[in-house]
Amino acid sequence: MKPSRFDFVRPASLNEAARLLGEAGGVAKAIAGSQSLGPMLNLRIAQPELLVDLTSISELTAVTEHRDHVEIGACVTHADIEDGRIPDPSLGLLSFVAGGIAYRAVRNRGTLGGSLAHADPAADWISAIPLLGAELLTQSSRGARVIAAERSMVSSFVTTLEADELIRAIRIPKMSPRSRWGFCKFNQKVGEFAHAVGGILYDPDNRRFRAVLGAIETAPIIVADATTLFAGPFGPDLDKRLDVNAVLALLDAKAVTDEYTRQLAPVALKRAAKQASAS
Amino acid sequence: MARNGVGARARRKEDSRFLYGEGQYIGDLRFPRMREVAFVRSPVAHARLNAVLVPERLRSAVFTARDLAGVLPLKAVSPLPGFQISEQPPLVVDKIRQVGELIAMCVADTRAEAEDIAAQVALQFDELPAVTDMIEAQKPGAPLVHDTVKGNVYVNVAYDGDVESVAKTAPVKVTRRLRTSRQVMSPIECRGFIAQWDKRLDQLILHGATQFPHVVRSGLAQVLQIPELKIRVVSPDVGGGFGYKAVLAGEEVCLCWLAMRADYPVRWLEDRREMLVANANCREHYYDITAYADRTGKILAFDAKAAVDTGAYSSYPFTAAIEASQVSAILPGPYDIPVYRCTTAAVATNKAPQLPYRGVARPGCCYAMELVVDAIAREIGREPHEVRDVNLVRPEQMPYDNVTDKHFDSGDYPQLLRMAVEAIDVDAVRARQRRGEGDGRLIGLGMSMFSEQTGHGMTADGKRRVLYEQTFARLTPDGRLEIRAGIQSIGQGLETTLAQIGSEILGLDIEDIQVKLGDTELSPYSSGAWGSRGMIWAGGATSQACKELADRVARIGAALLQTEKASVSLRDSCVFGPNGSVSLRAIAQAYYLSPNELPSDIDPRGLEVTNGFSPLRLTGIHTGAAHAAVVAVDPEVGAVEILDYVVAEDAGTLVNPMIVDGQIFGGTAQGIGSALFEQMTFDKQGQPLASTLADYLLPGTAEVPNIRVLHMETPSPYTEFGIKGVGEGGAIGPAAAIANAVNDALRPLQVEITEIPITPRRIVQALAAQRRTD
Repeated sequence: MKPSRFDFVRPASLNEAARLLGEAGGVAKAIAGSQSLGPMLNLRIAQPELLVDLTSISELTAVTEHRDHVEIGACVTHADIEDGRIPDPSLGLLSFVAGGIAYRAVRNRGTLGGSLAHADPAADWISAIPLLGAELLTQSSRGARVIAAERSMVSSFVTTLEADELIRAIRIPKMSPRSRWGFCKFNQKVGEFAHAVGGILYDPDNRRFRAVLGAIETAPIIVADATTLFAGPFGPDLDKRLDVNAVLALLDAKAVTDEYTRQLAPVALKRAAKQASAS
Repeated sequence: MARNGVGARARRKEDSRFLYGEGQYIGDLRFPRMREVAFVRSPVAHARLNAVLVPERLRSAVFTARDLAGVLPLKAVSPLPGFQISEQPPLVVDKIRQVGELIAMCVADTRAEAEDIAAQVALQFDELPAVTDMIEAQKPGAPLVHDTVKGNVYVNVAYDGDVESVAKTAPVKVTRRLRTSRQVMSPIECRGFIAQWDKRLDQLILHGATQFPHVVRSGLAQVLQIPELKIRVVSPDVGGGFGYKAVLAGEEVCLCWLAMRADYPVRWLEDRREMLVANANCREHYYDITAYADRTGKILAFDAKAAVDTGAYSSYPFTAAIEASQVSAILPGPYDIPVYRCTTAAVATNKAPQLPYRGVARPGCCYAMELVVDAIAREIGREPHEVRDVNLVRPEQMPYDNVTDKHFDSGDYPQLLRMAVEAIDVDAVRARQRRGEGDGRLIGLGMSMFSEQTGHGMTADGKRRVLYEQTFARLTPDGRLEIRAGIQSIGQGLETTLAQIGSEILGLDIEDIQVKLGDTELSPYSSGAWGSRGMIWAGGATSQACKELADRVARIGAALLQTEKASVSLRDSCVFGPNGSVSLRAIAQAYYLSPNELPSDIDPRGLEVTNGFSPLRLTGIHTGAAHAAVVAVDPEVGAVEILDYVVAEDAGTLVNPMIVDGQIFGGTAQGIGSALFEQMTFDKQGQPLASTLADYLLPGTAEVPNIRVLHMETPSPYTEFGIKGVGEGGAIGPAAAIANAVNDALRPLQVEITEIPITPRRIVQALAAQRRTD
């Protein structure tokens, strides 16, 4: 199939993009890497009247390093992160996750901000970015906002972003050198969307021990205090201490009833814990 | 000169243009004023169509069944007794029978605009209950897909045997109910056609991605009711066939109808969504099997009831009977089974018609038979390969007629089994299983065997000879060889292998041989590329044509050498006489350019030959193989990794071993798809649930292991050079071998999977079900 007719603009500044989206009154869509929206246009699942292309806005590909965080422009690609072309606040977690997204051709074009805004529950960044305790810096014609990443996604393909609101950048706190992480994604074949995602972040200097359960057909579950899942603080052989019932209770709370997902989710978290606590 | 005749690992002549991206597919062709077509397709599986509402301003751009007056419905009728005939109109007339069925054709300058038009066409219909399961469909009271197909069974194909007398005394009895999922054959290039009317030649020209241009021409002439003279079908490069391009369907019929009336060429290029949702469906079998055996595992009787989900229509030309008739006939496989009973129903459902995918019914039959063999082995506590060996047809029995009258021409099945057992190293795998894996995964070993009836030349009822194959061969005035055949290369390298046969006979280098394929105007009639028949039939015809040409060349050569024809021989592209030689180039030049040098009684038929071939037996040339797989199963998440894969294959004399390896690699990759990945599921209303390749999983490079291919070459006594067919074989064995391997791995957990593909979800659910029963 081919897309239905639309107008196309490629603004040079963020303000211009925000103005265009604001004026369009909901019939416009922002497009960056077009790896998700592109197929949706082709299948006519999305039929916007106007596409606002963000790829010529230089501030969206800017990356700035600060004392305690790194701000990554929303249009930085998965491949930029995978290849280490930007400063890494995450001791390798970001590039590990990036390298597991779809195929290289998709990673060359797909963007961090685009993936977060699209909010596919089986995608990678919607789990990894909240795990890091990141914030989304947004812009609309009404001004700027800061949204905690873990409160951005509401459910499958639904976020708290307004229709005309753009993610400008993602602010990711720097992990201290003693931090540990683990990230486990299951899929049946390379490049496929995840069947299950489990992630662990341990940052002793910043007193953070977080976990994520993703690819559960809705927004991922972020556990801000992972001691509740492991009957205690971070330590060696963390995977052996996983309380599967506690994980299942979290899934119950999100009404995840699928037997397969309920089997895989604790395993993903267990394997992430093993990776994080391996000596 | 480099030898590149039969048996040479010659590099493929066609690959240069493919590797440089210079192949010419339907999507690459441009004709002046060409317009594009999009179809309005049915959104529901089963309904009475009451009206197609076309906005008045679009009336000239939209065509419905009412417009297609004079076009006959497609009708594919099997000669099998009891076959119930149905019709497939190119556009729905009154009843919708599947999601994606063609309802209206919309034409515009671009595909996007044609889709805009299609979106404005409204349908009025009354939905009917959909028939979506082949078992439910056969129950009394099930809604009928076709009024003419009583009981929703197009045909039952049965073999009868006295199972009961064996059943009473047989010490071992195993029963299995097995299913294979509906798949979507997935060539990289979808289907596509361009139709136009050539006013000078007063002829319809159809460019189409097809495996059999001559068959398409005959089919079009029938439904369009015009002489075949008025139709030319050209197949340019074909981006994968696999059977999906061995059909004639409504899209191209509609396109041709329009081209006969419009003064512009029209193109329809199928997109992946149309292919997945509406068209390229295949496989989907059900088996209920009971086997009786003795304590060694020797099968005493085999009793099967099978069904194939044939879908909404009898597809042209292979009919709704092809899959079912093959299931009943081929299920015994390579085994000597004394008592056999099988009934297979070809069941009508409200899904896309089942099309003949690589191997047709054989992958399903092999899967069913081989799982039952493993079940017998488990029952009696023997190694599965030992049970196979007990049952295989022996080489000393060749030629051998099996219980369904399949004639095995040659081969050594026990040797193929030994080759596979040795290569996969059964003992080492068993030792590894006993040791266990550090990561908690379970190792499994599985094997499968089959006998493949390749290149057969009979109708399903075994009564009529239906196939022909001829090749045209011409020595050009500059002494090179031109070969034209009506078959089409769909990726299997015929431009190289037919040249190798020409080279073998005339001694020319393949660089001096050009093979032209796939154009009804330029070639003799051909049944096309399917059924692993290309090298047997077209290769045989090329051999015959070149031999006759060689004979004529030898006559002229003898005249030039001033000797008797009986005293000359042809080799290294020269004719040798007792006192010297003359090159083919000199012979060609003498014949075409200086005939004054030749005697006046020279053969006036010239250096152009059309000759044909058919094998000495038309019931097929039997190829055999043994597949062996080692897998690691992660019981926590249901993941399956293929650690090792061996194919031991007897394809007779190999014309180009490198190309044969490629065929086996590709077929095995597709078989891995059947085993582990591919399934098109439907909801109760008959809606297909995958519409992109993100939902319909195909194995990718990372999921296909290194495949080790071992060849055994037992020449067939019935073909030129002893060639056997090999195009489909790779796809037949993997589902069975991998399923047996997974079940071997899961055996300690007392779980056996009986449905493919074996997805992680299926494994996890089976393990959970087992835990619940513990």
